[in-house]
Amino acid sequence: MIEVSKKCIGCGKCVPVCPFAAIQMVDRLAVMNEACTLCGACVQVCPVKAITINREEASARRDLSSYKGVWVYVELMDVPGKGHGKKIRPVTLELLSAGRKLADELGQELCAVLIAEKNQGWEKELGEYGADKVYLAEHPEFFEYNTDVFSTAVIGIINRHKPSVMLYPASIQGRDLAPRVAASIYVGLTADCTALAIRDGLLVQSRPAFGGNIMADILSPNSRPQMATVRPNVMKIDEPRPGRTAIVVREEIKIDKNLRRVKVLERKLAHDKAGAKIEEARVVISGGRGLKTKEKFKMLEDLSALLGGVVGASRAAVDMGFKEKTHQVGQSGTTVSPKLYLACGISGAVQHIVGMKASDIIVAVNKDPNAPIFNVARHGVVGDVHEIVPKLIETLKKKGK
Amino acid sequence: MNIVVCVKQVPDSTEVKINPETGHLIRAGVPSIINPYDHAALENALKLKKTYGGRVTLISMGPPQARSVVQMGLALGADEGVLLSDMAFAGSDTWSTSYALAKGIAKIGKTDAIFCGMQAIDGDTAQTGPGIAQQLGIPQVTFCEHVDIDGKNFIARRHIDGGHEIVEARPPVLFTILVPKEFSPRCPSFPEIHGSVKKPYHVWTADDIGAEKHYLGLKGSPTQVSRIYPPPQREKAEMFSGSAHEAAEHILAIMRKGQFIAE
Repeated sequence: MIEVSKKCIGCGKCVPVCPFAAIQMVDRLAVMNEACTLCGACVQVCPVKAITINREEASARRDLSSYKGVWVYVELMDVPGKGHGKKIRPVTLELLSAGRKLADELGQELCAVLIAEKNQGWEKELGEYGADKVYLAEHPEFFEYNTDVFSTAVIGIINRHKPSVMLYPASIQGRDLAPRVAASIYVGLTADCTALAIRDGLLVQSRPAFGGNIMADILSPNSRPQMATVRPNVMKIDEPRPGRTAIVVREEIKIDKNLRRVKVLERKLAHDKAGAKIEEARVVISGGRGLKTKEKFKMLEDLSALLGGVVGASRAAVDMGFKEKTHQVGQSGTTVSPKLYLACGISGAVQHIVGMKASDIIVAVNKDPNAPIFNVARHGVVGDVHEIVPKLIETLKKKGK
Repeated sequence: MNIVVCVKQVPDSTEVKINPETGHLIRAGVPSIINPYDHAALENALKLKKTYGGRVTLISMGPPQARSVVQMGLALGADEGVLLSDMAFAGSDTWSTSYALAKGIAKIGKTDAIFCGMQAIDGDTAQTGPGIAQQLGIPQVTFCEHVDIDGKNFIARRHIDGGHEIVEARPPVLFTILVPKEFSPRCPSFPEIHGSVKKPYHVWTADDIGAEKHYLGLKGSPTQVSRIYPPPQREKAEMFSGSAHEAAEHILAIMRKGQFIAE
């Protein structure tokens, strides 16, 4: 499992970095006790590489049936303009809804893993959205996401409590963290899943590959937890149940500041006026060349505001200066998958379609009945955006009053 | 600075289709290219080499024909190339692949930075880079727009959800690189291609890198592909045409039904 070789010089550097206080110096030699979770923090700091973890042996000893429960990694996000304020990233709730179904199918608990500088009563929200239990690790070093710090904590909590399934958002944070954890504990990880199910007690992880031209079902039959990152905006959020509570289990973890090996010098959040990001928007109103001028394009802003959405643009519209590049949807822009995607005056070049075809309901308005956008749209409207969009705005404004 | 760049040979993904009857990938006639993200990573590494000196070594894993992407990288300016090629690697998932690449990189010798593409366009997993970093026990900086050097440290600008950050990392460190918005892959010139043939190139097997075989290939991979299939076909769009007023009413009805607006 974990071994300390003769190379150990008894420097003691590993003792303070152990998050679980599992190392003692005995006769100038590091000795691990049963609190060791094989998180690997000591391996990282050992100056003479005297500590090794034998993963194979560790995994051979795994009794798969002792792994129980479906876990969801809780991603926190900064609240714009509120200093160090944080809130739960909405994709976490999607994962809880998906995880709830898996847990029910398996007859097991749904647990949320919350790693935070300070819990702000989040167990309430997590409970209402389906969690039975919240594993809470609080520490000042968790003030912002850091790969080394967070992966050490997650690995430790997994090794202590042995979940059967663990889900992460396929966000930048989740895709940074999950492979690190998987590599460390030698378990399977499937990226960017769009569907999850249980078959014969195993997690079936469905994901697109080759740019969405192919779907694959992936299993991790011989390792636990079965881990997956899940694409945001795909899983439906179930109605919260007010008053439903989750038990909080506190995880004692100490984090040495030397674990943090990458330093953030500067961070900027580029929020839309309304504070919404196009990747996360529930509604995206997109415009293309068909809008003709920057002034005309502005009507999409009005429509979007009425629907609580975010404006997107085709590459042509960006190239013509109708909208900033940060709003470009497509291969060389952003990939979006909102619940509603309204394409106005967009012909539907391949490079645009790959960036929006995962949207739930696509409505396209175009003058040309043969525009390729109608091949991906669920609802096609042949007509002039310059006439139809103002009518939409007018009606919605009337309703608002 | 010694930089290792990981490159992967990929089919030009937009061309790959599936045979609906056999369920197999149709790869015939699909051109193989250097993964564009890896190409961007290589260009970033070469830029650092040009400015600050140092050595750029390429590493790839794949069948013998994957030599072409290593050769391409050498022609673009890398100094040395390594291809990990062995039947034992066949069928490796991201875990096993990062294990093998980490072993190969360890054999290359002292490395200050590893550059990987953020993801490969055939798998889109973005898992191999962080996997290598963990296997080597070094820090990672993922989703980088670009990486520069400041004194002894690296400075990277990276994407985060909802913005970007500038980070500093001491070597050794692994970066995963995004394709810049205005990236047009450079093609090597004829003299560059000609010169690249003389550059050191090695093919290493699992034994050469000291990889334990039970971690490799289909058997060593914790994930298994149980089934591949074509994505569900979208039904044809429900088309509507009428006056602007009718069209607007039609769209509003769709929005009402989807509960995007109140009844």
